[in-house]
Amino acid sequence: MAENKRIDAPTGTQTVGHEWDGIEELDTPMPRWWVFTFWACILWGLGYIVLFPAIPMLNGATPGLWNWSSRGQLEQELKAETARRAPITNALAAIPVEQLAGNEKLYQAAIEGGRAAFKVHCVQCHGSGAAGSKGYPNLNDDDWLWGGDLPAIHYTLTNGIRQPDHEATRFSQMPAFGGVLANGEIDAVAAYVQTLSGKAKPSALSASGAALFANNCASCHGTDGKGLREFGAPNLTDGIWLYGGDVASIKTTITKARYGVMPRWDNRLDPVTIKMLAAYVHSLGGGEANAAPVPAAVPDPEKVAANVQP
Amino acid sequence: MSSPEDLTGPRQPLYQARKSVYPKAVDGFFRRLKWVIMAVTLAIYYITPWIRWDRGAYAPNQAVLVDLANRRFYMFQIEIWPHEFYYVVGLLVMAGIGLFLVTSAVGRAWCGYSCPQTVWTDLFQHVERFIDGDRNAQKRLETAPWGAEKIAKRFSKWAIWLFIAFWTGGAWIIYFADAPTLVRDFWSGNAAPVAYATVGILTATTFVFGGFMREQVCIYMCPWPRIQTAMMDEKSLLVTYKDWRGEQRGSLKAAQANPSAFGDCIDCYQCVAVCPTGIDIREGPQIGCITCALCIDACDKVMAQIGKPRGLIDYCTLDDTEIEKKGGTGTPVLKTLFRPRTIIYLAIWTSIGLAMLFTLGQRTRLDLAVQHDRNPVYVQLSDGSIRNNYTLKIRNMQARPRIVDIYIEGLPGAVVWTADGDRAFARQNVNFTVDPDAVHKVRLFIAAPEDGPARTEFTISARARTGDERGDSDTLIFERPEED
Repeated sequence: MAENKRIDAPTGTQTVGHEWDGIEELDTPMPRWWVFTFWACILWGLGYIVLFPAIPMLNGATPGLWNWSSRGQLEQELKAETARRAPITNALAAIPVEQLAGNEKLYQAAIEGGRAAFKVHCVQCHGSGAAGSKGYPNLNDDDWLWGGDLPAIHYTLTNGIRQPDHEATRFSQMPAFGGVLANGEIDAVAAYVQTLSGKAKPSALSASGAALFANNCASCHGTDGKGLREFGAPNLTDGIWLYGGDVASIKTTITKARYGVMPRWDNRLDPVTIKMLAAYVHSLGGGEANAAPVPAAVPDPEKVAANVQP
Repeated sequence: MSSPEDLTGPRQPLYQARKSVYPKAVDGFFRRLKWVIMAVTLAIYYITPWIRWDRGAYAPNQAVLVDLANRRFYMFQIEIWPHEFYYVVGLLVMAGIGLFLVTSAVGRAWCGYSCPQTVWTDLFQHVERFIDGDRNAQKRLETAPWGAEKIAKRFSKWAIWLFIAFWTGGAWIIYFADAPTLVRDFWSGNAAPVAYATVGILTATTFVFGGFMREQVCIYMCPWPRIQTAMMDEKSLLVTYKDWRGEQRGSLKAAQANPSAFGDCIDCYQCVAVCPTGIDIREGPQIGCITCALCIDACDKVMAQIGKPRGLIDYCTLDDTEIEKKGGTGTPVLKTLFRPRTIIYLAIWTSIGLAMLFTLGQRTRLDLAVQHDRNPVYVQLSDGSIRNNYTLKIRNMQARPRIVDIYIEGLPGAVVWTADGDRAFARQNVNFTVDPDAVHKVRLFIAAPEDGPARTEFTISARARTGDERGDSDTLIFERPEED
């Protein structure tokens, strides 16, 4: 082929030497500076091979002189991020949970942190939107078994519900009335409970249930059926039914009782994360104001706020 | 180069050294046109960021500002938000069609007159002539040994180039921040690292591209000369050597001795001497020709001196080339410029511009975007009512704070309150004070009685108390639990 090389007359340039159907290719010489950039790229590549992980070996690539790895870089970035957040986490650790809602900046930071932690620790039961399901409370609504202000939510998160071998845990136990009340009596109580929330109109059956309710249920659920948060006893007059508000579900609940549990988190999560989770749950739409107003400013929220990263 | 057979020589090298170009100074119509265009384009580039434009207390007072940090683009009285980026797209489309228009009408006029590479190279070449002298002096200096004079000339030339290059990089960054502030910060060392890096990179590229790479950029690096061949046709104006008039070329003396055997070209090489890319236009149209038309000026001058009509090298279309070869007269320039193709391009270009101006005049500066929470879609409240959550983004695109009222329409019995508020204060509508030129993001809770269809269509509308009478609204769905 090489012998077919010739100089193309109009351009004065040598051809490559091959030809297909009369089409030839000019071998236009590259500008010299272009060749220099080519060499520069090769030098760059050599430097890269020496400095960075490059050559695959049996147990991973050669580490390179700079000992760089993506895992190491991630660790550094995480460390830097932790350091960047330190002012917030320190302030969150210092502030009593009663005062958190009063410190707008810190409260917002806590909500965002809680949003992330919730996705890891809470969605398994409460769902990714915190809407719960049967037996697992919806945290978006305004109904709370054990209290819905920040300190109450924080307490529930810290100590859990009905955790064995834990003194401080939220605890109560509804008796199973299956052997206590006769079947007809359970029907009557269920009918009465339905009238409390307006789900059914009073009837002869419900009227007979009223007395049974007063004797057996009112001690925890209250004479008016509005529940008692001290015992985690639900309000029976509202529109929210954790285990279902139809007659059959209510009868099952009365017969067999319910015993919902939630883990305590104080031995799994750090106090700051628990505070952030409390703030997040409180922010979902049903959070209540603190039960008793707390005297402000120890530590001074303004000073704490000044520590917060913008 | 007589016949191909004679030319098969030893293998040529794979690369070639750059042939130095020492363009000679020239004067004439096109040179003066280039002066004007250079002055105008450089003035636009260097001065624009310094023009002030009063927008009130809440917006920057720089006429042209690309505020990347706050994602705003200001151009005189026009302010563009990121979601209005289609205006920028429209400008880019106009720029593209503008290039089609110019190329189909006058060939590579962009390359020859207004491309930054051309303008800055031209500027650098003037500096070169100012320091080193004209073509022949430059050649002499290049081959001269390094002595005091050469060193002094080289360093003063490079210093001026570097100064211009630095100024070029510096002018670039002040399009992206308040010019006086940034310049002060820059010199006091308080500007962002990216500002110094950008100035550094642009100084280096301007210095190297304008001072040393020059025509190499056009010939080897730029894609535009390759693309433009698809845009030109036989009616596009090209810088053409009229060989039917010029050949047989020969020296003036020979031509005078035997006028009938020679054409008008006296082979004086002036067209080659003035060419900034160092080509010989007499070889015909070629990739190296940026159609700066300086050879036309040079040739016209020579033609005047030897008493021949001007235009041996001139703008000419391929069609006219054929006509003139046969002895006819070419098409008038206006007729060449205004033909269906260029008129269609011009019409498209103009209508895009007018459409953009129209929509700019019509747009509201208040915008509402609402997103319904998808998880959960509804929440049953203890009093039985149903709550849906919505995230609102209220954009106040005017440079003043405004109170914006939010109304709920088409949802009977609905009340609304903010996510961080208290249901005790829920009511039919809410209002927010939105900061000037800012987005107010707020989560709203809307509660309605339990009885109703599973999906109810309703609207949330926003109206500012001042300006933008039309306001904005969004149609949404309010969801309730399905009946069991």
